[in-house]
Amino acid sequence: METLSVKTLKEMILYLADQIIECKPLLTELDSAIGDGDHGIGMEKGFLKVKEKISVMNPSENVYEVFATTGRALLMSMGGASGVMFGHFFAAGAKNTEPKAVLKTEDFVALMQKSLNIIKETGKAELGDKTMVDALEPAVMAMKMQDEPSFLDLFRSAESAAKEGAEKTKEYQAKHGRAIYLMERAVGHQDPGATSVWIIFRSFREFAEKHLPDKPVA
Amino acid sequence: MKKIINAADQVVQELMTGFVSAYERYYEKHPEVNGIIYRNRRKNKVSLVVGGGSGHEPLFGGFVGKGMADAAACGNIFASPDPGTICETAKAVDEGKGILFVYGNYAGDNLNFDAAEEILADEGILTAHVRVWDDCASAPPERTEDRRGIAGDVFVIKIAGAACDAGLTLDEVKTVTEKARNHTRSIGVATSPGSIPGLNKPTFELGENEIEYGMGLHGEPGIKRTTMEPADVLAETLYVNLLKDMPVEFGNEVCVLINGLGSTTILELSIIYRKIRELLDRDGVIVHDAELKSLCTCQEMGGFSVSIMKLDTELKMYYDQPCFTPYYAKEGR
Repeated sequence: METLSVKTLKEMILYLADQIIECKPLLTELDSAIGDGDHGIGMEKGFLKVKEKISVMNPSENVYEVFATTGRALLMSMGGASGVMFGHFFAAGAKNTEPKAVLKTEDFVALMQKSLNIIKETGKAELGDKTMVDALEPAVMAMKMQDEPSFLDLFRSAESAAKEGAEKTKEYQAKHGRAIYLMERAVGHQDPGATSVWIIFRSFREFAEKHLPDKPVA
Repeated sequence: MKKIINAADQVVQELMTGFVSAYERYYEKHPEVNGIIYRNRRKNKVSLVVGGGSGHEPLFGGFVGKGMADAAACGNIFASPDPGTICETAKAVDEGKGILFVYGNYAGDNLNFDAAEEILADEGILTAHVRVWDDCASAPPERTEDRRGIAGDVFVIKIAGAACDAGLTLDEVKTVTEKARNHTRSIGVATSPGSIPGLNKPTFELGENEIEYGMGLHGEPGIKRTTMEPADVLAETLYVNLLKDMPVEFGNEVCVLINGLGSTTILELSIIYRKIRELLDRDGVIVHDAELKSLCTCQEMGGFSVSIMKLDTELKMYYDQPCFTPYYAKEGR
């Protein structure tokens, strides 16, 4: 069974951080259409803090600590509702877990499911509300459908479902955030938060392609 | 759209630097986060910390000062400060007597201030909060807790500051502050949009000759969109709607704030106040104090809001304590 070590996870998060920072112009453009244009700035600020915190993280034997540190860094640095929600994305699922030296695929799926639940509860958001949930929920569903996946399989399925989910947000009116005030005028625009979720899974998939063994050891 | 800025992602940092250095006689910036701290802050009393998104100046930073807030935690443009900023700002003014947070009732602010209070509680710092929800056009009376905070913030901060000065406990300060909040209502009318600095686009669309009653500071939908009307009609419409929500009786005493939303002039605010005063006089309501200023704004947004705080003996006593900030000052009486 394929597992990820604390060291690999840290590398994966650092890779993700660079990808998010690179996507700042795209996120800014999307948020400028329906929000106040600061989602890219916020995500960049958050992931710069993630890089800083992950780099100086105490040597840890617990994979969940990597997620908790990432989430905390986002929460403490981004601001706005999205700071809390992307903080939960990483940290909520890692809360109250037994420390583990390596992460199994099912641990990752369970973590994401728990984070999704907390995000929906805190943000009172459902599918179709034009939020990050529109990308995250399908991604979690897709990951759960995988039978004995490798991490690459897992991330591939999550990426493709999140991408589709994010694109679907173009059809929705917003129920949360600044875009709510646009009502039907928000239709036609893709939600920046959902897009960020897609970028996260896409980055994980890219990382897995580059750095993880091709096939899981049976 | 002409906007006097440099780069979009430098706006908040440059705003903080300029604002704090202009008023360095009163303010200092927190060394690490976007917190504005009053140099002559309260000692050995409950501390008052306010905060919210930037871009609504002088709210919140400009309400830091004597008899008002000890510090303000400032977020990005129109976005709540993060819990890190809130915690560090609060800790910088903590006197061990507890911290009261006063902020507008918006989803992002609620989430981030709650997270900050959780962290501070873990560190053994006593905190409480009062969310301001004075905008009576933003949700019906049975859902007051869904209402947004607008210009009424300033009345609530004023009372909270005086209650802190009086040396009350955190619980007592909170109770008085909640009373001020519950006695305050606001309603506004938008005549033109503001802008998001750096985005080069208006915060909402409003036709050349259109106005919208009850529209929020960020363009949140209001209660009625119509064509432009004379000042007296605007004033009376707001007055009638506000009093429907918070009945004010013959003989009651009130404080009134006619707040410009950004590009509305004192000339216009004065004409509005003249009509509001006429209506209050007609209804036998006594004006204890009034103010014509742009305190809670959204860049160059056009329009104004009317806020009324109904006084009782206790609120009046706290309201009459002197206060001074670069943007808000009262002589004691």
